[in-house]
Amino acid sequence: MAGAVIEAQGLVKKYGDLVAVAGIDLEVQPGEIFGFLGPNGAGKSTTISMLCTLLTPTAGVARVAGIDVVRDPAAVRQRIGLVFQDPSLDDQLTARENLEFHAFVYSVPAPDRRRRIDEMLEMMQLTDRASSQVRTFSGGMKRRLEIARGMLHQPQILFLDEPTLGLDPQTRKSIWTHLNELRGKKGVTIFMTTHYMDEAEYCNRIAIIDQGKIAALGTPDELKAMVGGDVVTITSAEPDDAAREIQQLLGVTASRDDGTLRMEVKDGKAFVPRLVRELTAPVDTVSMRRPSLDDVFLKLTGRAIRDEEVSARDRNRAMASRWMGRRR
Amino acid sequence: MSVESAVRPVADSVQAAPVDTRMASLRAVYIIWYRDILRYWRDRWRLVASLAQPLLFLVVFGSGLSSSLGGAFGRGTGISYIQFMYPGIIGMSILFSAIFGAMSIVWDREFGFLKEVLVAPIDRWAVAIGKALGGTTQAMIQGLILLVLAPFIGVKLSLLTVVELIPLAAVLAFGLASFGVAIASMMKSLQGFQVVMNFLMMPMFFLSGALFPLTNLPAWMTVLTRADPASYGIDPIRRVVLANSGLPHVDSLGLTINGQVLPILLEAGIMLGFGVVLLAVAVVMFQRRD
Repeated sequence: MAGAVIEAQGLVKKYGDLVAVAGIDLEVQPGEIFGFLGPNGAGKSTTISMLCTLLTPTAGVARVAGIDVVRDPAAVRQRIGLVFQDPSLDDQLTARENLEFHAFVYSVPAPDRRRRIDEMLEMMQLTDRASSQVRTFSGGMKRRLEIARGMLHQPQILFLDEPTLGLDPQTRKSIWTHLNELRGKKGVTIFMTTHYMDEAEYCNRIAIIDQGKIAALGTPDELKAMVGGDVVTITSAEPDDAAREIQQLLGVTASRDDGTLRMEVKDGKAFVPRLVRELTAPVDTVSMRRPSLDDVFLKLTGRAIRDEEVSARDRNRAMASRWMGRRR
Repeated sequence: MSVESAVRPVADSVQAAPVDTRMASLRAVYIIWYRDILRYWRDRWRLVASLAQPLLFLVVFGSGLSSSLGGAFGRGTGISYIQFMYPGIIGMSILFSAIFGAMSIVWDREFGFLKEVLVAPIDRWAVAIGKALGGTTQAMIQGLILLVLAPFIGVKLSLLTVVELIPLAAVLAFGLASFGVAIASMMKSLQGFQVVMNFLMMPMFFLSGALFPLTNLPAWMTVLTRADPASYGIDPIRRVVLANSGLPHVDSLGLTINGQVLPILLEAGIMLGFGVVLLAVAVVMFQRRD
């Protein structure tokens, strides 16, 4: 399609025998918020690193802002903003000093520097903390400052790798409000990765990535439509009996996870009363909901994305940085 | 495609103007240097604490050794041991702070800030040079600040001394800061950097002539001291400080090769050359893609 700001064709990254990214094709349109969704190790960060010229692809072509990422990485970097998964601020400097540093290395013209820094601080609601050292900032403020920094040289595309990792739900929400505002006011295209399913709902389009490949791509509604109707879950002390009965009496196949049975049905409201009437196996709880992206992922890959996968690593990382921070 | 309806038209998408990478890199050298100085200035305690070690050397080590040497030091030059040692301690201060200044690169790598620098649309040489110059400036200040102790050591300071000392302190600081940056560019962890540095820095210090004259040494040590780049940085500092203080025989305690006392300019040139070569190594190391 003409006018795409990010295009990738057959993007592959191998480390020896290990295939991190196994051939990715995508196009991102200007002004879009494009989400890259998948569990850890799916190849999200590797893909974003190739698009940002931090890693060289083993095979395939990628153009960002119309420029080949392998042929002219410096030109690509001038046109993109980056927010890394791990913090990359100098916490001994103030917020303003961090931004000034960035303005210098990204060649923001001298007459524009102050104005743009003030504007970004304002947008990210950091104006009153501009002269505070970053080490006094909360996790959410640091993230906002990193977003402000990424936007300072007026990039066409802002890349964010897990921008809300390790933040509490409220802070995550406010980060999203800010990103939406940025897109509205600056017309910037946003490309982000996340493993939080609920966040993907904020995106215009989502690519679900699993084992280095795109498993599905579309708007959140399109993806949810892939799950038929409603999701009904029951818990039972006799899940095997319950599953057999559901299959025999109701003609629905339930997937089982310990004592929980989960089934997708066309019309949940009509199905639940039938279920309760027909089942002789003990049922402890019944619940019904609209499908979420979690369900889409489960349907596509047969696995759930679990937050626990990352939490242990996050904890370690947070602990390490606290400990090191004190020694600094 | 259904996206279009959801996506607002792009309001004021700004096309980045083509940027002159060389100019951008020069600006980057400046801001990388400036950041180091800012951090150094902000960290007053480090400034104060870094005076403790030279003082300890001068007061405890210097006084102790002076008393046990009695009047035996100096071979009729009229130079006391503390006077001899004082410029050496200035050199030591420069040596330690120049090399440890480079540790900030490893810190930056550990805490992520180096990433912000390395992904910027600038040439990598700018990072190596900016860091080396930042380390040079800090080390120079650390060394020259010790001049305030001169009156207590019985060393007279003149404007001429200070004027001559600045370029000499600068070349020593530059040589060792470049050395530190070159090592830091190869190190991935703080622990690794500290181990390597202690392994290299202490021998460099002991062999540099900071604590004793490099004359009449056993042959093996004569060779090692002449191979130590710091020797060529510390000797001219001593000669300038002491000679301008009215102790003209200091040259007889100076650095010799084959019995010939080296001219100060040659020594400074050797130090500068060492710095340039090591900085080139650092540049090459930074240009390798991670």
